[in-house]
Amino acid sequence: MDKRIDYAKIEKSANAKETTRKAVIYVMLTVWAVMVLFPFYWMLLTSVKSYSAYNSEYIPQFFTLSPTIQNYIDVFTSVPLADYLFNTLVFTVATTAIMLVVTVLAAFAFARLDFRGKNIVFTIFLSLMMIPSELVVITNFVTITNLDLRNTFMGLILPSVTSVFYIYLLRENFAQIPDELYYAAKVDGTSDLKYLLKVLIPICKPTIITITILKVIECWNSYVWPRLITDDAAYFLVSNGIQEIRENGLGRENIPAMMAAVVVISVPLIVLFLIFHKKIMAGVSRGGTKG
Amino acid sequence: MNNKNRKAWLYLLPAVLFLGFFMVYPLIDVFIYSFEEGYNSASQTFYGVGLYNYRYILRDPYFLQAVKNTFILVMITVPISTCLALLISVGLSSIKAVKNLYQTIYFLPYVTNTLAVGLVFMILFKQTPYTDGLANLIINFFGGSSVDFIGGPYWAKMFVLCFYTVWVVMPFKILILTSALASVNQDYYNAAKVDGTSRIRTFTRITLPMISPTIFYLVITGFIGAFKAYSDAVALFGTDLNAAEMNTIVGYVYDMLYGNSGGYPSYASAAAIILFAIVLTITCINLLISRKHVHY
Amino acid sequence: MKVVLQNLTKKYPSRSKTSREDVVAVNDFNFEIPDGKLIGLLGPSGCGKSTTLNLLSGLQKPTEGKIFFGDDDVTGLPAEKRGVGLVFQNYALYPHLTVRQNIMFPLQNLKGEDKLTKQQMEEKSLAAAKLVQIDQLMDRKPSELSGGQQQRVAIARALVKMPRILLLDEPLSNLDARLRLQTREEIRRIQRETGITTVFVTHDQEEAMSISDMIVVMKEGVIQQMGKPQEVYDDPVNLFVATFLGTPPINVFDGMVKDGKLYIGDDAILDVPGAADGQVHAAIRPEGFIPNENGELVCSLSAVEVMGRDISVVSTHKASQNTVIRSIISAENTIDLDCDSVRFSVKPNKVFIFHKETQERVRFEIGG
Repeated sequence: MDKRIDYAKIEKSANAKETTRKAVIYVMLTVWAVMVLFPFYWMLLTSVKSYSAYNSEYIPQFFTLSPTIQNYIDVFTSVPLADYLFNTLVFTVATTAIMLVVTVLAAFAFARLDFRGKNIVFTIFLSLMMIPSELVVITNFVTITNLDLRNTFMGLILPSVTSVFYIYLLRENFAQIPDELYYAAKVDGTSDLKYLLKVLIPICKPTIITITILKVIECWNSYVWPRLITDDAAYFLVSNGIQEIRENGLGRENIPAMMAAVVVISVPLIVLFLIFHKKIMAGVSRGGTKG
Repeated sequence: MNNKNRKAWLYLLPAVLFLGFFMVYPLIDVFIYSFEEGYNSASQTFYGVGLYNYRYILRDPYFLQAVKNTFILVMITVPISTCLALLISVGLSSIKAVKNLYQTIYFLPYVTNTLAVGLVFMILFKQTPYTDGLANLIINFFGGSSVDFIGGPYWAKMFVLCFYTVWVVMPFKILILTSALASVNQDYYNAAKVDGTSRIRTFTRITLPMISPTIFYLVITGFIGAFKAYSDAVALFGTDLNAAEMNTIVGYVYDMLYGNSGGYPSYASAAAIILFAIVLTITCINLLISRKHVHY
Repeated sequence: MKVVLQNLTKKYPSRSKTSREDVVAVNDFNFEIPDGKLIGLLGPSGCGKSTTLNLLSGLQKPTEGKIFFGDDDVTGLPAEKRGVGLVFQNYALYPHLTVRQNIMFPLQNLKGEDKLTKQQMEEKSLAAAKLVQIDQLMDRKPSELSGGQQQRVAIARALVKMPRILLLDEPLSNLDARLRLQTREEIRRIQRETGITTVFVTHDQEEAMSISDMIVVMKEGVIQQMGKPQEVYDDPVNLFVATFLGTPPINVFDGMVKDGKLYIGDDAILDVPGAADGQVHAAIRPEGFIPNENGELVCSLSAVEVMGRDISVVSTHKASQNTVIRSIISAENTIDLDCDSVRFSVKPNKVFIFHKETQERVRFEIGG
């Protein structure tokens, strides 16, 4: 009888411990979630406060009762945010499109075609993955300057299109497709290009979509290269634009308007992320790194 | 056969052209630049070959400041972000409800524009005539006095830079660690549980050794990433980082190349090569240590 | 340690979109495992045998019912407090620890008054290793061991803390055929030597029959029959148990009972006094056939396989539910291969009849 009471006690203390543990974990995770979300909340909140209201709050308020869209109107009228967005869009679409063509062709050659020197070339390709962009950017800057391509889309786009990592990722995916499919297509008289377009690309669509999204994110956020290569505000991308707005843009320190600009340039990516978050996260965890 | 070769090379041509022109050639060229003394970017001439560029930047106080900043940033943010990410990932792996929601939230900073969100951090920490900023509000609440984190003392600026850097690198680390934890066979945990293993012991004796390759991978990439820090600093302190005493090595490279103090690709090259000598050394040390401690 | 399961039930929330009903993995189990016996939980995959094992180990909590170890109610007790030893199907040996460290691992968890000195731990783990005969391999890593050796390490790790009961999940399924025979003898020996009440799960009826003191045959979360292996084999309660046990499997025919006689096709093959008239499944064990020139059961002969001591006669019958009928007869009999047909009489105690719909056993008197 004694023993049974003992067991009940053990059971109870184990349950209590488990509950405390769970509670601690949830509190910790929630704190971090707040830490992550708070800057986003703050930028939204600040962007709908009026200039005078923001500056009269010595102690910042955590909500506002009189939201205004004036700041959003300001960032499109008093600074060329729309131009920055348009430039970024052109840059992103063009870079991603060219990157896709180059990557798909190269990945196909490495995965499917036989040619002399393939192994050596592929090894060189792989070793290029380790080359940091900071090393090559110097010469590229000089090259683009000498070619008179500064402040042009060509100058922005050309050095940004190649990504060894994406070629590698797609090659691995192409290589997983059984050889039989290729031979079957050959027997049916399908050309290599047709096989690539009609068979490989549709089968590997998920990887291609992942690559596309990751490249779009990369383009939208790119800062260093555009900063080096453009000093004419007519060619600024959003990252440079936001620096420009901060330093020279809205005249006085108009923080609410600045936050409105931040919201405008963040929203496209956040929307993209919310739609594709599973694909993006899977793609990144397959070995992507930032930058 | 010849035809086949030609066709394959045709497919490779765009990639080879782009990579050759914008990666292989520059890689060789950067070394050449770094040894060309007195290079003039306007006339593209130089008057000597030697180590003068290296000697110059190693005596440049801005470069030394940038090296110091970068090292402090690396030594603080890499351990903190890795441990914090580990803690959060382990917590995340042990819950079921809202797990996916939290996972998605945690990843959000990865996709946002570093420059743009950095501005939000700036206004949270900045002291202006109108307001002390939210961070100071919290400090005041606990009885401290206000500090200008953006334009004030060195350690305050360094704190914000580290704080923001950790915030930016966490999503990637949490994601990688969470998937590493999920790939550990549940049977190991069940076996440990049946044997009455305490949570802490299960973590140190089973979980940690099992995911040690991933942790070392994150430490190595974390070191590399932190040594290349730049845009986080720009987001917080503006483009003139030298004036703010917050320049990083990469920032120094770009400043030498372009901007108010720019026009010196030779100095930039020498600085970039020194940076990668440092990164390479640290990576090799990391690999040596990991070989001793990673179990398979 | 005696183990008692009372009304044990485990339900999972439905995963399918079409039905919202819970999935019942274990349905109202009641049985008692006597102290010091080796019990085999046997059934096809999805029958709830692994769930039962997890309920016993405490890794899962039952929806209803109770579990007793001896007189202690352990139903709500978490796994780490139950003192069970569990051997996983894939062994779950920690890959980064040596064999010695793996075996010692459970001992290092002991706290308070149970805490052991290093010396004691060494001795105990060496004793456990000796018991399973791997004491030569103590400093190897699991990846350097063969499947059979890993299995032994896993058993040693489960035994080293002297568990109150030992649970084995499909212990032989990851071994090749030769090792399987050897290892099952080994498990039997270890269980005898330690005297620890042992429950193991398997889908392989031969494995269960050969080493268990008692088998529990399960299907879709419901216990079909339990008892000594031979008793269950000789006296199955329903068609499922009869077909699940035995190699080659039992031969099932569409049959009919009329006036106390069992008909297969048009032939009355056996007197079955006491069985009610009606359609039935008639099942005959392979060893229940006697070749007899005047036998009642006439089958078309397909092949004869000589296996040394026995011969296996492969034949067909239009009332057979299996594609072929397999009968095992002594090699002393000779079967004339030139004949198209073969005639058998049957052994009454090897013939079972089951109700057509319920598939429950229909009993009859075995008389002269």
